[in-house]
Amino acid sequence: MSMVYNDAKEEKIIGAIKFGLLSPDMIRKLSVTAIVIPETYDEEGMPIRGGLMDRRLGTVEPGVRCETCGNSPGSCPGHFGHIELARPVVHPEFAKNIHTLLRATCRSCGRLLLPEDEIEKARAKIKQYEKHWTTLKHRYVESIAKKAMKSTSCPHCGAPQFKIKFEKPYTFYEERDGVSSKLRPNEIRERLERITDSDLEVLGIDPKEARPEWMVLTVLPVVPITVRPSITLETGMRSEDDLTHKLVDILRINQRLKESIEVGAPPLIIDDLWELLQYHVATYFDNELPGIPPARHRSGRPLRTLAQRLKGKEGRFRGSLAGKRVDFSARTVISPDPNISINEVGVPVEIAKVLVIPEKVTEWNVEELRKLVRNGPFVHPGANYVIRPDGGRVDLRYVKDRDAIAEALMPGYIVERHLKDGDIVLFNRQPSLHRMSIMAHKVKVLPYKTFRLNLLVCTPYNADFDGDEMNLHVPQTEEARAEARALMLVQEQILSPRYGGPIIGAIHDYITGAYLLTRKDTLLDKNIASRLAYLAGYKGELPEPAVLKPNKYWTGKQLVSIFLPKDLDYIGKAAVAGSGGICNEEECENDGYVLVWNGELLIGVLDKNSIVAQRPETLLHEIVKEYGSDKAREIMDGMFKMFVEYLDLHGFTIGLDTMDIPRDALKDIREVLEEGEREVYELIEKMKSGQLTALPGKTLEESLEAKIMETLSRARDKAGEIASRYLGMSNHAVIMARTGARANMLNITQMAAVLGQQAVRGERVKRGYTNRTLPHFKPGDLGPRARGFVSSNFKNGLTPTEFFFHAMAGREGLVDTAVRTAQSGYMYRRLANALQDFYVAYDGSVRSSEVFVIQPRYGEDGIDPSKSDHGKAVNIDKVVKKILAKRGMR
Amino acid sequence: MPRKKAKKTTRSKKRASRRKKKTVKAVKEEKRISRGISYEEAFALVERYSYILPQNLREELISKIIENEMNLEEATELLNEVVRRYQNSLVDPGEAVGMVAAQSVGEPSTQMTLRTFHFAGVREFNVTLGLPRLIEIVDARRVPSTPIMHIYLEDDVKNDKDKVLDIARKIELTTVENIAKDVTLDYLESSIIIDLDPEMLENRGVTVEDVLKMLNRIKGKKGRIERQGDYTIVFYTGIDDISRLRRMFDRVLGLRLKGIKGINHTIIRYDEENKEYMIIAEGSNLAAVLQVEGVDIRRTRTNNISEILEVLGIEATRTAIIEEMSNVLSEQGLDVDIRHIMLIADAMTLTGRLRQVGRHGVAGEKASVLARAAFEVTVKHLTDAAMRGEVDDLRGVTENVIIGSRPIPLGTGIVKLLMKYGFNPKEQ
Repeated sequence: MSMVYNDAKEEKIIGAIKFGLLSPDMIRKLSVTAIVIPETYDEEGMPIRGGLMDRRLGTVEPGVRCETCGNSPGSCPGHFGHIELARPVVHPEFAKNIHTLLRATCRSCGRLLLPEDEIEKARAKIKQYEKHWTTLKHRYVESIAKKAMKSTSCPHCGAPQFKIKFEKPYTFYEERDGVSSKLRPNEIRERLERITDSDLEVLGIDPKEARPEWMVLTVLPVVPITVRPSITLETGMRSEDDLTHKLVDILRINQRLKESIEVGAPPLIIDDLWELLQYHVATYFDNELPGIPPARHRSGRPLRTLAQRLKGKEGRFRGSLAGKRVDFSARTVISPDPNISINEVGVPVEIAKVLVIPEKVTEWNVEELRKLVRNGPFVHPGANYVIRPDGGRVDLRYVKDRDAIAEALMPGYIVERHLKDGDIVLFNRQPSLHRMSIMAHKVKVLPYKTFRLNLLVCTPYNADFDGDEMNLHVPQTEEARAEARALMLVQEQILSPRYGGPIIGAIHDYITGAYLLTRKDTLLDKNIASRLAYLAGYKGELPEPAVLKPNKYWTGKQLVSIFLPKDLDYIGKAAVAGSGGICNEEECENDGYVLVWNGELLIGVLDKNSIVAQRPETLLHEIVKEYGSDKAREIMDGMFKMFVEYLDLHGFTIGLDTMDIPRDALKDIREVLEEGEREVYELIEKMKSGQLTALPGKTLEESLEAKIMETLSRARDKAGEIASRYLGMSNHAVIMARTGARANMLNITQMAAVLGQQAVRGERVKRGYTNRTLPHFKPGDLGPRARGFVSSNFKNGLTPTEFFFHAMAGREGLVDTAVRTAQSGYMYRRLANALQDFYVAYDGSVRSSEVFVIQPRYGEDGIDPSKSDHGKAVNIDKVVKKILAKRGMR
Repeated sequence: MPRKKAKKTTRSKKRASRRKKKTVKAVKEEKRISRGISYEEAFALVERYSYILPQNLREELISKIIENEMNLEEATELLNEVVRRYQNSLVDPGEAVGMVAAQSVGEPSTQMTLRTFHFAGVREFNVTLGLPRLIEIVDARRVPSTPIMHIYLEDDVKNDKDKVLDIARKIELTTVENIAKDVTLDYLESSIIIDLDPEMLENRGVTVEDVLKMLNRIKGKKGRIERQGDYTIVFYTGIDDISRLRRMFDRVLGLRLKGIKGINHTIIRYDEENKEYMIIAEGSNLAAVLQVEGVDIRRTRTNNISEILEVLGIEATRTAIIEEMSNVLSEQGLDVDIRHIMLIADAMTLTGRLRQVGRHGVAGEKASVLARAAFEVTVKHLTDAAMRGEVDDLRGVTENVIIGSRPIPLGTGIVKLLMKYGFNPKEQ
C-alpha cells in the first residue's frame, strides 16, 4: 500500500501549456546533432552518423539503446536534430502573418506605420482588454494592423511605403512604381528583424515567445526518429516514414544549394535551387498548401506531412489525443434476455476470462483470491496475473505451480482476477448520443458468445438485435467503480434529463402483454396466477381470488396490483380508449379508464399510456418519481417480466389471415377507390377545359395537384375506414396498433386494404421519362395510377408499376436518413464542443471553464430536468392531493 | 371490501379529475375543518420562502392554498413538502449541464425529418422546419431561408377587415412588375413600355400617377417619360448601351412603388384564438414594419433572429432563440426541456453579440488553444497561439483529456478535497 502512495507523490501535474516559436538558437540548443547527410543507412544497414536515422536521435529498434539518453525503445522520448539551411526560407504556415507584418511596418525603419500617439493609445487599450476579453483584443489588434497597412509613408522616418503582394503560399513581391520585384526570404527576414518589440505587442505578437524573424527559417529542426519510425517489412525491406522522405529531399536540395553558392554558380541557378528548397520545406510542414502541387510518394500517393498528421478526424488531436483506444474492453453481438435484471448484462464466459479486475489482497479476501489463483487463467472464476508488492507481475498462464503462488498471497499483493457476477462494468452502444448510451451494469457471466441485455434497456441504447454490437468497459479503480455504481447504473438513469420522464419502460410485447393480462376477460386459475407471480419474483400469498365459484380465479388486474406500491393512486386514460367517444369511469370503450387506488388497479387496462418508455406523466413515471429507482427497477424486473410471461402463455401471433376482410368489404373498398379515381379524372378534365380555379398563391398545375392529392387521400382514408370496421380488438394486429405496442391502424389498412399514394419529395411521383413516369403509361397521363397511387394492398400484392413507385418512395426515405444522420451528427458535435465546459458551480450558477457566468442560476430555477416532473420543479397538485386526502381521515 | 367503497365514491362523480374528486370530498368534511386562510395570510406564509422557491412556484402555491381552502396547518404542511421536493430536485454542483443540453438537443435531432417545408397554418406559405431550421438557428444565420412575420394589429384596427387590408397593402412590397400586365423593352427606341393592369392597380391600391412619380425619380438626365393612353407608360431611357439598358429594365421591373423592402407577400388571416385579424408576411423587415401605423409592436414577431438583435436587443434575441428552437422541436413532437434550450440561447448571446455555435462563435472563441485545435482548423489555431505566445491553462474538458489529467474538472471531478497523506494501516 505504501508503494501506491510513493507513486502518487512523484506524480507531476501539468499546470499550463505555453505556445511559442522556436528561435534558431533554441533549435540549435535543442538539437543533439546537425544532420548533413541525406542518406539513412549504409550498405550494412547501419544508420549513418550525421544522417537522418542517427542513433543519437532516439531509438525505435528493439534491443538498441539510445545514444543520447541510454534508454531503451519505449522509454526514450526521442531527440531533435537540426539542419542548417543554406538560405533562409519562409515558414508556410506563417506566410499570411508575415504579409500582414510587412505591410503594417516600415520597410526601412521597421516601426509600426502609425503615429506615436496612436500606438500609445492602442497599447493602453490592449492592456485593458488583455485580461478578460481576449477575443476583443484579437479583433482590436486586427483593426490596428489594418489601419497601419493603409499608410503610404512612415510617420516615424518618413520613408515611402510600397504595396506588398503576397502570392500563395509563400512568395512575396514589392510593387514599386508599377514594377514588382520579388522579396527574397533573407530580405523579408531583415525587415522583420527591424520591428521593435514594443510595436509587436501592439500587433498582438509576444516578442519574447515569437520574434517575427523566426517565422523565416534559417535552421530547420529535425524531428526525432520516434516520430517517424521506419517499418521493416516481412521481406526485410525497410520502408521509411513520409517525414523521413521529405527530410531527405530537403537535405539533398540544401546540399546542392550550398555547393552552388560555394562554387559561385550563376544567381539564376541559385534562385531556382532556393525556390526548390522553399518548396520542400513548405511541403514538409503542410502538403496541402494551395497553389502548389503536393509532394508525392513514389507510388503517387501524396505524402502525409506534419499538418496532415494533426488535422482532421483521424489526426493527432481528434484521433489520438481527444479520443484514445483503451484496454479492458470487449465488443460482441448483443442478444435479448428477458430473464436478467435491467441492471445486469450477460457476459460470455470467454470474455469474462480475459477482462480482469485488479483486486488488492486483504485479510478478508485472501482465501477467495487463493482459490481464484489456483483456478488459473483458463478456468472461469480464475485469475490471470498476480502482482507482487515489489511490482513484479506473475503471468499465471506460464506458472507450473499455481498452488505455491496462491499460498504466497498476502496483503500487499494484487490479483488480477476474472470478471465475475456482480462486478460493475460500463456498457455502451454507438452512436453515443446521450448519457444513457453508456450505462453501468452488473455482470452476469453466462454461456455462449453474445452480450445479453434486458429488453427494457433497448430504448436508451436505441438497440435492436438485428446484428447490433456493443462495447463493454471494465473500470479499474475503486473510485471509478463507486461512481459507476452510484451514478451510471441503469436504474439511476431511468429518468431522462431530456424531458424529465422515464426513458426506460415497456416496449412492444411488454405492452401487448400488459394489455392482455389486464383485460376484463382475463381470468387466471391458481396454477397460472401463481406461476406468473412466481416468475415475476413475488414471494407471498396470492390475494383473495376475484371469482370463487365454480373455481377460484384471479384477474390480471389483481396480479398487477401485487406489485404496485400500496399507497399509489393514479387516474389515466388508456390508449385503447381512443380519442373520441365517451370515457368516464366504467363507461369507457375497451375498459380504457385506468384507476389505481391504494395500490390496486381497480379498473382500466394497462397499455402505452400507462407504462411505455419515453413518455412522461404515466403510471410508470409516477412510480419512478414517487417511489424511487429501486422500486422502479423492482417493478420492471418483476411486473414487466410477468407481462411477457403472460403473453407467452396466452399465445400471440399474426399471419396472413390476420389481414383478412370480407369479400364484400373489399368490393366496397374497390368502389370507393374507383369513385376517387373518377373524381380525379373529372378534375383533370376541368383543368383542361379551363374551369379549374387556382388556389391563392399557387399556379393552376399546383392547384390541380393539391386537389388530386386531397381527393385520393380522402378515398384512401375512406377505404381504410371500411377495412377497420372488420378489424376489431380480437385481431392481434389491431391489438398491437391500438395498445401502442407497435405500428398503427394505417399500417394495418395498408396491409389489408389499400397502400395509398406514394410520394417523392412530398408530391405525387412525376419524374421518369418525358411527360410520364414509366413507359406503361401514355405521355401526359395525370391519373392516379400513372402518378404513384397504389390501390393494391400488401396482402394481395402490388402490380409491377405499383411496386416500382413504392420502391421510389422507399428509396427516398433511405437517402433522407443517410443525409440526416450526417447533418445532425455535425450539429451535435458543434453543440457538444461549444457547451462541454459548462457546469453548475457550488453557488448554483452555470459557469464555463473560462470562468464566465453563463447563467446566474441554472435554468432560472436551479432545477435538474431529470429530477423534475416533466419539466416542472414540483408538481404541486400531487402534494395538494396528498394533503387533502388526510382531511378524510381526520 | 374497502376497494368497493372507493369505487363507489369515484363512480358517483361525473368528471373525475383528481382535484375535483378531492374537493368534493372536502366539501363533505367542510363542517369539521376550519375555514381556509385568507389570501394575505397565504401570501405572507409563502413569501417566507421567497429566497428558496422561484416566483412562479410561489404564485402557484398561493393559488392552490386559496383554491382548496386550506387552513394554516395544511398550508404549512404543503409548503414544507413543496420546499423539500424542490430542494431534492435541485441540480447537483458540478453537473455538466452544457453537455446534457447539447445531448438533449443533439439526440432528438437524429429523429427529425429532413422534410424542409411545412405549412404554417396557411397553405400559401412554406416555412423551413425540422433539422434544417434547427441548424439555421444554431448557426445564427443572418437571414433565415424562409423569413416570415406574424404581424398583429392594435385594438382599434384589428377587427376591421378593410383597415387591416389597408395596412397589409402598406406593408406588402409592390413593384412595377406586380402591377404590370406586360413590360417590354424596345431596343430600337431604347425605351421601356409598361402596360399596367388596372385590376392589379386597384388591388394593390396604386394609381398610375404613383407609378409615374416613382419612375421620374430614376429616369436620369436623358430619360423621358410619356403616358400613352390610360394604362400605358413609355419610358424613353436614352441609353444606347444594351447591357446598361437591360440593367435599367431590371431596375424598372423591381422599382418599389409602395410597401416595405423585403416583404414579398402578405396574407390576412382571422386568428380564431384571439378573435382578430392579423397579417402574415412572407419576408421580414422588423424595423420598418414596427413603424407602420396600426401595427401592434408588442405582439408582432419575426423568425429572423438577427433582425430581432438589431431592433430589439440581446435579451429579445435570447427569447427569440428559445422560442424558435422550442417551436421547431415541439412541431416535430420532440419533448425537450426548456432549460436545455435556454442554456444554448444563453451561450449564444452571452457576450451581448449573437454568436454562432461553431467555428466562428462559441466553440471558436474558447480560451483554450488545445480545445480549439481539437475542434476545427487545427493548424491555424496552433500557429496563431504560437505567435501570440498564448498560454493554455487547461481548465476545460478537452484539454484535460488531451494531457491525460485525472480527474476532469467537471461533475464529480469538481470536488477539491485535501486528504492527509501517509495513512499506514500497520501503525494503527
